[in-house]
Amino acid sequence: MAEQPKLLGTLPSPFVHRVIWALKLKAIPYEFIIEEDLTNKSPLLLKYNPVHKKVPVFLHGDKPVCESMIIVEYIDEVWPQNPLLPKDPYERAQARFWVKFAEDKGTPVLWRMFSSKGEELEKTKKETLEMLQTVEEHGIGEKKFFGGDSIGIADIAFGSVVYGLEIIEEALGEGAVFEAHRFPRLHAWIKNFKQVPIIKENLAERDWMVALFKNRREALAGSA
Amino acid sequence: MDERKYNMAEEVKVFSTWASPFALRVIWALKLKGVEFDTVHEDLINKSPLLLQYNPIHKKVPVLVHDGKVICESLVILEYIDETWKQNPLLPEDPHQKANARFWAKFGDDKVMQSIGGGVLLKEGKEQEEGFAASMENLKYLEEEIRGKKFFGGETIGLADIALGWLAHYLDIVEEIVGLKLIDQEKFPSLAAWKQEFANAPIIRENWPDRDKLVTKYVVVREANLGKGTPK
Repeated sequence: MAEQPKLLGTLPSPFVHRVIWALKLKAIPYEFIIEEDLTNKSPLLLKYNPVHKKVPVFLHGDKPVCESMIIVEYIDEVWPQNPLLPKDPYERAQARFWVKFAEDKGTPVLWRMFSSKGEELEKTKKETLEMLQTVEEHGIGEKKFFGGDSIGIADIAFGSVVYGLEIIEEALGEGAVFEAHRFPRLHAWIKNFKQVPIIKENLAERDWMVALFKNRREALAGSA
Repeated sequence: MDERKYNMAEEVKVFSTWASPFALRVIWALKLKGVEFDTVHEDLINKSPLLLQYNPIHKKVPVLVHDGKVICESLVILEYIDETWKQNPLLPEDPHQKANARFWAKFGDDKVMQSIGGGVLLKEGKEQEEGFAASMENLKYLEEEIRGKKFFGGETIGLADIALGWLAHYLDIVEEIVGLKLIDQEKFPSLAAWKQEFANAPIIRENWPDRDKLVTKYVVVREANLGKGTPK
């Protein structure tokens, strides 16, 4: 009997959540190993992700897989129930295109929204608007999810970015860019996404996250 | 009932530029699999309406059009090619090995290219020193990964080789322009051996863009970035 796979991660991380969602959507039992202090990384983390030294790390039979969306694709291949990718190569390419967009354009902007202020924050907000506009226009279309009727890898990739953005905007308190009247499709999409039962049960608790980000942001400002 | 066998010729088009290392990946993949295709040569200063229509989001090459289906982003295109034409596979069957190949392809684009292109080619002075140091760190990881293997993909060229393949030609050009040695044979013997192996592999060796033209081009790019270029 193979031992349970392990997920090394932290609770606030949007990247770790992508993997949690994939595992839960497929009802895969796993052991969650909390990386307590990312300023003092555990020997386990350093052993299994020597290149990036980041979470999440997925351990399956002592073999590590790193990088959240690479882990998600791995999970989809090993456990094919409730598939997160379509079968058709062209549709798979579309899903992967949007995953890459979320990684290249979504994630960096998220981090900068969190940590910047003044002019840099204004610049970041502008980039965030452009990024959201692209997805609003070209990404979701008339579909309920990127994956069609059920969520797929692009929903997972973006879901963590947009949920993270909502939290950061609440923590910032004013000047929100992700407004419903500007992004009706995306607003409908994220609402549907958060209502998927597995996702709903596995979202990082909102108030806790907002408070966490407020504290971290103040700490960053204080140490500038 | 019509008994004739129709030649279901597939239409495969690649939008590329002569210099693009990203478009080159797609060309290698198709040629390695023996897939016939047409190349649409783009001029990035004067992009064709078709390119803008096919890639409205990034407006970049490469774009693959297969029987009317449009795919953008070189690594996404490579996976599409591998799933559509199964001969000479670029990815292994084993999910863990597959994940590993994807990991190194991503590392190449996110870290290696950034540190060498952005950090060394486009910088000078202290910033370039920092870029050089970062590049050395990144190359060290590649050295460890390739050690003991002919290619990143094992015995045959795989996804990671194609993604990192630019190192086997474009890096020499960067080294020449900035006067710094990055893949030093003594420091990175396995990586240096891979460079040779890859650069001279069948198909790969026949498709490198002209070296002198690339030197000229990248000198201009470097100087423009350093603010030394003559304004247009």
